[in-house]
Amino acid sequence: MSANNQTTKKKPYGAAILMGLVSAVLYSVLLMNQDIANKYSGLGGLYAFLPILIAFLFSYIHGSFTGHFWTLLGVEASQKKKEVK
Amino acid sequence: MHDIVQQASNFINLDAAQLIYLFLVGFVGGLVSGFIGSGGAFVLTPGMMSLGVPGLVAVASNMCHKFPKALVGSIKRAKYGQVDVKLGVVLGISAEAGVLYGAHIQESIKKTFGDAGSNLYVSVAFVVILAVVGGFVLRDAWKTYRSGNSNEEEKVTKLARWVQSVNIPGTMVYFKALNARISVLFTIPLGFATGMLAATIAVGGFIGVPAMIYVLGAPSIMASATELVIAFVMGLGGSFKYAMHGLVDIRLAMVILGGSLFGIQLGAIGTTYVKPFMIKVVMGVIMVIVLFSRALMVPVYLGQLGLIQPLEAMTVKILKNTSFMIMIFALGLGAFIVLRAMWQGRRAEQRAAQEAFEHANG
Repeated sequence: MSANNQTTKKKPYGAAILMGLVSAVLYSVLLMNQDIANKYSGLGGLYAFLPILIAFLFSYIHGSFTGHFWTLLGVEASQKKKEVK
Repeated sequence: MHDIVQQASNFINLDAAQLIYLFLVGFVGGLVSGFIGSGGAFVLTPGMMSLGVPGLVAVASNMCHKFPKALVGSIKRAKYGQVDVKLGVVLGISAEAGVLYGAHIQESIKKTFGDAGSNLYVSVAFVVILAVVGGFVLRDAWKTYRSGNSNEEEKVTKLARWVQSVNIPGTMVYFKALNARISVLFTIPLGFATGMLAATIAVGGFIGVPAMIYVLGAPSIMASATELVIAFVMGLGGSFKYAMHGLVDIRLAMVILGGSLFGIQLGAIGTTYVKPFMIKVVMGVIMVIVLFSRALMVPVYLGQLGLIQPLEAMTVKILKNTSFMIMIFALGLGAFIVLRAMWQGRRAEQRAAQEAFEHANG
């Protein structure tokens, strides 16, 4: 039964590719502009919001991508879904 | 403050090999965190320092990767019904106070006894807490394994039953992880201790998760998942505090996050395949091994403080390297146990599904 469910479930190829591309762009921009990133991260004060916002942005985009990545590889939660309580 | 500014301007150059190293350590740390709710930081911070990152920048950058990682992990595990957000937030707020107080103690020790005194304090805290709590967690996991009752629902400890029975009017709150109302007067000191430990050894979960299991009566799976909410609350506040001083190296934090988000998703998925006592096994094993790693460094700091004969430079170097290798081993072993348990759980489920399918068509 669960095997059937797994094979019929649609894999999130589109979302994975989109989020993967956006994630790659974000990392490229960050690593190609290290001087700017260092400069503003090091300023402190109100600029403290900058690394926090960057962290939230990366966690949303890259987090979505990594979630879809494992799904595409077939690594998904147990069908029994061990809900506690 | 001048030191801080100097450290902040000391963001290192990153080459490809360093990026890969940080990504991989992030992945393993994330895998363990996704499973037991914490861990990884004790390797990541010294790992960054070994690349030449100043101590405070390493701590700040680690924290800035921790809160988004914990956010993603807790959302994932909430989908499996494993998270008690209310308990996490309540504990997280008092943990934040513990972080601030712990950091204050650290600063006072550093001012009075210097770097060696501060390092000795951290190492002794590691050894004592990990020996007591880690030993207890591992012993409990071993007893469950030996009893052959690992499939059964976990029993609430006597202490937790007592905590749940105490009624202090005006302070009682219902928590779904406990399926009981308890007084926040119990959660406040536990959260505070979690935060203090996080400020001292970077892994508050080594107190937070066992406290939720043994003192409050939460199931292991829910305790480890709820710890991610605490880590998010603590990490967000801590990151902002460090970022205000310009100490967060956002490149380091995001590269580690890059690896750890792959890991945390996998670790979270792993919790749906394993028996609950495996959370205690992984946590206990890591805690006890890390204990030895830190214990090795105690004579080095005692020597630097002049309390014993100072050790030879070569001996110090060997002890430092061995200590770091043991920490990497602890994290690696934890990750191996997680992956193995997950693999076995998946295979067992696939076999059962196959048999059910054959039976239905047979």
